[in-house]
Amino acid sequence: MARMSMIEALRSAMDEKLSDDASVLVFGEDVGFFGGVFRCTAGLQEKFGEERVFDTPINESAIVGLAVGMAAQGMRPCVEVQFADYVYPAYDQITQEAARLRHRSNEQFTCPIVVRMPTGGGIFGGQTHSQSPEALFTHVAGLKVVIPSTPYDAKGLLIASIEDPDPVIFLEPKRIYNGPFYGDHSGKSVPWSQHESSEVPEGHYTVPLGKAVVRQPGNDITILAYGTMVYVAEAAAKQAGVDAEIIDLRTLLPLDLETIRHSVEKTGRCVVVHEATRTSGFGAELIAEVQEACFWHLKAPIRRVAGWDAPYPHAQEWDYFPGPERIAAALKLAMEE
Amino acid sequence: MAARKATKKPNVSSEDLTQYYRDMLLIRRFEEKAGQLYGMGLIGGFCHLYIGQEAVVVGLEAAAEEGDKRVTSYRDHGHMLACGMDPNGVMAELTGREGGYSKGKGGSMHMFSKEKHFYGGHGIVGAQVPIGAGLAFADKYRENGRVTFTYFGDGAANQGQVYETFNMAALWSLPVIFVIENNQYAMGTAQKRSTSTPDLYIRGEAFGIPGEVVDGMDVLAVRDAGLKAVKHCRDGKGPYILEIKTYRYRGHSMSDPAKYRTREEVQKMREERDPIEHVREMLLQGKHASEEDIKAIDKEIKQVVNASADFARESPEPDLSELWTDIYAEA
Repeated sequence: MARMSMIEALRSAMDEKLSDDASVLVFGEDVGFFGGVFRCTAGLQEKFGEERVFDTPINESAIVGLAVGMAAQGMRPCVEVQFADYVYPAYDQITQEAARLRHRSNEQFTCPIVVRMPTGGGIFGGQTHSQSPEALFTHVAGLKVVIPSTPYDAKGLLIASIEDPDPVIFLEPKRIYNGPFYGDHSGKSVPWSQHESSEVPEGHYTVPLGKAVVRQPGNDITILAYGTMVYVAEAAAKQAGVDAEIIDLRTLLPLDLETIRHSVEKTGRCVVVHEATRTSGFGAELIAEVQEACFWHLKAPIRRVAGWDAPYPHAQEWDYFPGPERIAAALKLAMEE
Repeated sequence: MAARKATKKPNVSSEDLTQYYRDMLLIRRFEEKAGQLYGMGLIGGFCHLYIGQEAVVVGLEAAAEEGDKRVTSYRDHGHMLACGMDPNGVMAELTGREGGYSKGKGGSMHMFSKEKHFYGGHGIVGAQVPIGAGLAFADKYRENGRVTFTYFGDGAANQGQVYETFNMAALWSLPVIFVIENNQYAMGTAQKRSTSTPDLYIRGEAFGIPGEVVDGMDVLAVRDAGLKAVKHCRDGKGPYILEIKTYRYRGHSMSDPAKYRTREEVQKMREERDPIEHVREMLLQGKHASEEDIKAIDKEIKQVVNASADFARESPEPDLSELWTDIYAEA
């Protein structure tokens, strides 16, 4: 089996779908000739031609609008928004057109599009290249929201997303494009090639949407995480010395509440972590669901560790980022209560 | 209004002219009936009537062929009737009933027909414009020779995504006709209050998209301009802009106090430029039809519209379970 970075795995997924389905098109800013600012589409235009893989002007709204029109005609566009921070102009097209076309047309037209976007911080991107806007999309009925944390999942989830009959927001945690990140920003980063989850099969396979996975089994406390935070949580659990069960949600909408419930009923304690700002973040939804489903099993209040309610900083990125120390402190608190 | 004069001796068959009359009258009577049902409380919320603008869609539909696509804004009832959608289904959607095109899930602004290649009915000003380009992109990709009529108003012509789309459509030579239905009022704001330059057909010049202004109260002028635009697109020359000068007699929606224009202005337009009256006169003067023929058409249209209102009243309300259907594909 080949070892791939998350970037290579994503490229492999698009390569696979471009090969087996003529209705799949890949486009976005710098996506064609240049191969994508993060290189996710490198070589695809050369292989599949300018008709299938192409550059667009810098117009997020019309990029997604174009995709909606194509999809209504039965095509399967997979578009890239260069950074999740650039998606706001397209928010109208995503929420009011893509997400609702099936319902309001009484299923005469559907919108099987994928909107890929690098999300999250950790690369000194400052306010406009670091945000985690997942909660803006989990709030919208009609969308699916996916975020992988390993190269294997990235490929399998992206293939499943392109094949999905509904619009999928595909968030790519850019801090772990090239290797897992355990929250130690001063240390040397480890490339994916040295990590077992970078073993990615050639060819077609899918990882089903709507299914979480237990990344690390444990008995004392459940940590709910996704994207980069799966690794940061792993480091935090080690640091706190707790036997934590780490669940990688993988799909935020629809949420795999069964896997979560099963774990929290066992451990009786739960900490939720995410990079996005705390107030009205996806953690709020997770906590509400967990307490409704598992209230009588809980031994302590559910804690959340998130980005502060401040604009994403530049110089103080690592004070903002919910690193292992903050998560470890929350784990200890939850264990003591 | 500054617009092209129709030719003195129109190049049109009796059959076609009669059909245009019939199609425009259907829209007019349908919309009048919708206004009545609204007044009776049978239609709720928003309802944007097309009265006065009938020649625009009827003229352009006369230039369309089977398989061509159309997408428009929220003032969409006329477009649906003109492309052959069933008046019963449209009216029942207005009343939010099960027999409506979207089973009551869409309402006045959000209706669709796969069969007639009608891609909606969009409630957000200008949002349908990039979607129209996407429809055209798919047709170009499939090399099927189809064109897409992407309708929007003079108000939407100031939306940013329109220009994003112009650029893309020109860049990729998409077979899309941008139809700017200039009824001179962006909701309640006169064009001169909202728009720096009055001519909208030149707005594609910066992108290399040809455009022309058309008298939207003259169905034959619209049809001829449509044929020219369609040929341009089918010949692979890329997008085309038609600015069609028209006028809506009624308010923007139903609760419009109409303080932004005078009663006299509306009255003058109705009396001097009414598109349906214009065709009626042509029918009679050209001896294409007799008074009796026209009366028969009027009667027939009245029956169709009354039947649609009956259908829309009698069709049951959607089951509560419909709230949860068609949000995602069935697993």
